[in-house]
Amino acid sequence: MSSESLPLAAAGAGTDRRLRWLETLHGWVTTVDHKRLGILYVVYGIVFLAVGGVEATIMRIQLAVPNNHFVTPQVFNRMMTMHGTTMVFLVGVPILFGFANYLVPLMIGARDMAFPRLNAFGFWATAFGGLLLYFSFLGGEGLYGAGSAPDVGWFAYAPLTARAFSRGHSTDYWTLAIFVMGLGTIGTALNIVTTTVCLRCPGMKLTRMPLLVWMMVTMSAMTLVVMTPLSAAQIMLSIDRYLGGHFFDTQAGGSAVLWQHFFWIFGHPEVYVLIIPGFAFVSEILPVFSRKAIFGYPAMVAATVGIGFLSMGVWAHHMFTVGMSSHANTFFALTTMAVGIPTGIKIFNWLGTLWGGKIRFAVPMLFCLGFLFQFLIAGLTGIMLASVPFDWQLSDSYFVVAHFHYVLIGGLVMTIFGAIYYWFPKATGRMLSERLGRWHFWLFVIGFHLTFDTMHIPGMLGMPRRIYTYEADRGWGVFNLICTLGVVFQGVAILIFLWNVARSLAKGKIAGNDPWDAWTLEWVVTSPPPAYNFAKVPVVQSRRPLWDFKHPDDPDWKYE
Amino acid sequence: MLLAAPLVAVGDPGSGTSIFRPASSNALAVHRYSLFVLGITGAIFAVVFTMLVVALVRFRRRPGDDAAEPPQVYGSEQVEVAWTVIPVLIVIVLALTTARTVFEVQDRAKPAGALEITAVGRQWWWEFRYPQLGIVTANELHIPVSDAAHPAPTFLKLQSADVAHSFWVPRLAGKTDLIPNRVNETWVDPHEPGLYVGQCAEYCGTQHAKMLLRVYVHTRVDFDRWVEDQRASSAAGEAVAAGRRVFETTACLNCHTVRGTVGNGLYGPDLTHLMSRETIAAGSVPNTPDQLRAWVRDPNRLKPGALMPAMQLDDHKLDALVSYLLALR
Amino acid sequence: MSVRADAWPRPPETWRLPSRGPVGMACLILAEAAIFTIFVVAYLFYLGKSATGPQPKDVLEFPLLMSLCLFSSSATITFAVDALRKGKLGAFRAWWAATIALAVAFLAGTGLEWRHLIVDKGLTIRTNLFGTTYYSLVGLHAFHVIVGTLFFLVVLGLALAGRVAREHAERTHVLALYWHFVDAVWVVVLTVVYVIGR
Repeated sequence: MSSESLPLAAAGAGTDRRLRWLETLHGWVTTVDHKRLGILYVVYGIVFLAVGGVEATIMRIQLAVPNNHFVTPQVFNRMMTMHGTTMVFLVGVPILFGFANYLVPLMIGARDMAFPRLNAFGFWATAFGGLLLYFSFLGGEGLYGAGSAPDVGWFAYAPLTARAFSRGHSTDYWTLAIFVMGLGTIGTALNIVTTTVCLRCPGMKLTRMPLLVWMMVTMSAMTLVVMTPLSAAQIMLSIDRYLGGHFFDTQAGGSAVLWQHFFWIFGHPEVYVLIIPGFAFVSEILPVFSRKAIFGYPAMVAATVGIGFLSMGVWAHHMFTVGMSSHANTFFALTTMAVGIPTGIKIFNWLGTLWGGKIRFAVPMLFCLGFLFQFLIAGLTGIMLASVPFDWQLSDSYFVVAHFHYVLIGGLVMTIFGAIYYWFPKATGRMLSERLGRWHFWLFVIGFHLTFDTMHIPGMLGMPRRIYTYEADRGWGVFNLICTLGVVFQGVAILIFLWNVARSLAKGKIAGNDPWDAWTLEWVVTSPPPAYNFAKVPVVQSRRPLWDFKHPDDPDWKYE
Repeated sequence: MLLAAPLVAVGDPGSGTSIFRPASSNALAVHRYSLFVLGITGAIFAVVFTMLVVALVRFRRRPGDDAAEPPQVYGSEQVEVAWTVIPVLIVIVLALTTARTVFEVQDRAKPAGALEITAVGRQWWWEFRYPQLGIVTANELHIPVSDAAHPAPTFLKLQSADVAHSFWVPRLAGKTDLIPNRVNETWVDPHEPGLYVGQCAEYCGTQHAKMLLRVYVHTRVDFDRWVEDQRASSAAGEAVAAGRRVFETTACLNCHTVRGTVGNGLYGPDLTHLMSRETIAAGSVPNTPDQLRAWVRDPNRLKPGALMPAMQLDDHKLDALVSYLLALR
Repeated sequence: MSVRADAWPRPPETWRLPSRGPVGMACLILAEAAIFTIFVVAYLFYLGKSATGPQPKDVLEFPLLMSLCLFSSSATITFAVDALRKGKLGAFRAWWAATIALAVAFLAGTGLEWRHLIVDKGLTIRTNLFGTTYYSLVGLHAFHVIVGTLFFLVVLGLALAGRVAREHAERTHVLALYWHFVDAVWVVVLTVVYVIGR
């Protein structure tokens, strides 16, 4: 990974080890290289994945049996809030922007991002925001002495977040940390869009970009217009809390529902911002291991952009129970079902890619295939939730919790694992172990299904979400216990994964430029790539430039 | 979905709060519609799942396969049009059915003889007011049964005194939120007498988990009798005068109302007929003398974070007070 | 299987992509537009809902002079960038300073208006819903004017030190784009607050 260690000034023989370690650290901290920043983002995200996982484990232990006393309600509510906030803002966003950072310049034949220093700012703002959020455990003032992290839920509904109901500063940590991270995120999104528009190598028309680039651009453009509504709402909340404003102050005529609208105008497109990069990974990995081009590239682009736009019009499906008019409810049901159409089309396109191929079940492919099945289910439970009257029962219950974990873990996290197994060789020069990868995959899948398939049931049996315990006579105990058991498998799987990473960094098989026999530009350069990416600026004539090289008798540009 | 099937078909231990055991027209309409949605999504799942499995089995690389790449197929207009049109049709069907059920349930007109109740959500208990009957009670909702021959639906106005809550009794209706500075409405018409349970379904703070709901559905006769009892003043007599003095002098009356005394606090539940309830602490503690005593002594031990403070009463005063409360039938 | 990276095909005849400064600024403008939209929505949502306290038509006067200053500054900054493109450094400095002066005049106007509202009319951010939404929206805009002005001052300082030359014209153009956006937002705020709202 030290493709660009600083030349040691007048080092000669006998270089001081400690000095070299400091030099390396300095190199990483001051870097503006998109590849290094990408790795920093991903590592940061994985660290917080573990932290968020611990928070989830604490909750699952508390809920394993009715009337449990593993943690107090105050601690549970903080775990609940921090788990959600961490997973969305400190895991999802950093890992996905990290991959975008690493891959987009390489895939379009550029030397770096359009604004390398802004790129570094984006990472460090995100990192700082995350540390600020976690500092709340130490620094904020809680009222019940049980720790002072925010406990208002990751969506922080008004007026629970008003000074009257959230004393001390725990809510302010939530507001400020996410606001700061938001600034970084907007910077990175701006960078990705500008890079793609301005720095493509000669011949790479928009219609020849890899699907991953299309999808990262779409998600970045979405981020630009949806992150800021949350920032706006947080400014308003802070004005309420500290300047005596009344935006969401229901005692003075303010509207609690307005907060919900603003939050979900951000929140819903945000989950598409999260999943679209997952689609991007699958769209790159699936074709390589099916040995076929992606089926229906133009439709995939159109569907992605369509999802980008449509997803901005569905937000109130999180609010079907707040008492909107029947017309409003029906409208949002319709738009939500409509956005399922381009999403479904993508599944069919992936199916079409598999069909007629020669499928190789390498570990990256396993994760992508797991994604396909699981995302199908997740999408269908989403349709159930879009069906307003059904949602009146399912909303705010464990059915919803099961649904979104199905999308985010069964969908997104699976693709992230796939992406790591696929591009780790490129970034580090070494392959991850296939054998350990299979253990990781199967244990994770078993644990995931044990937990999240089962979790739909208590929801349908009336169990609301965000409760720290439940009555013994509701009949939810056995299902909760099974859900908790699944955590064990997932935890072990993650440990195996981390062990795989550590071991492979040291002793993994040398990867070479192109271990998977793939077709996009990043596989042309060495693994890891040199600091400047490409010695000569690439020129492309089709969507799969390396396919053209490897099949000069049957190049892609003949068929475009 | 596969897991839902047994729940739908058979009774289950959680049937007290199962969304698949509707007991009111409201819940029934939602239930019928939900089965339709489950059917469609189940069918979609079956088809796509099968095709995925077939693809993986049929087109896997076999040992001994040569290294030649398979034919590169970039797309197919007919196939892509087909799999765009079919989902569009499915969505149209679903959307129309959704619209119909939404209007049917949400815009149901309130008939003339409907019982009107105002539910006020508070951290972490429920206040129920019956404006037509002049009754105020807490946490345990009593309503009449409504059969086809004598429809007697109950219409609830939902309000909140503090933060957002949600009223969810799955067997009777889908949930509707209680939001401060806003009046929402819902209705139920239970077909069978009995006890239906539920709980708050919108995170409202520390004790959101223990803001439980108990809905007692009575026959007409029983309901009328319950109303009579609630309207009467409470029976506490001289025997518990000492306890009553404790109640009146220890700030209890600042939060609680007991009709017939100077206690007219509105911050906590109305206690006039406290002993007519089977539970206290919003359904989370049985209403027995021991538990009542424990609750009054220190609410936070039974419901950590509860907003009722412990009044630091010595045993003597506590006993007197509890005797008084036990007399509030 | 690896591919040698030195055998790329011949590049196309022309390959011109937009320059990154304006594209980046366009992205920033998009994000900022979304923030302002939310504040405008909140303002419109709460219009007429203040139960007590001063109402818009009682206290607001159309801010003609300061608006003219702000809109003129869009013109002066355009002249400044034009001058720099042509290498006329003196004219650039003059027009740039004029832009700053007009921006400061706008801010002074806002300050005076707020003083009048707070001291004479008793309208603060906590008075009622109108107060909250008004000060937030106009304040957010003023904040963006301040940030812009600070950037302009930095550029002016560099220009006076002789460090700004013709090749920097594109960068000043990017700043000018930001400024035009700020002006466009003011058009919206004027319409929503001072025309529709009153």
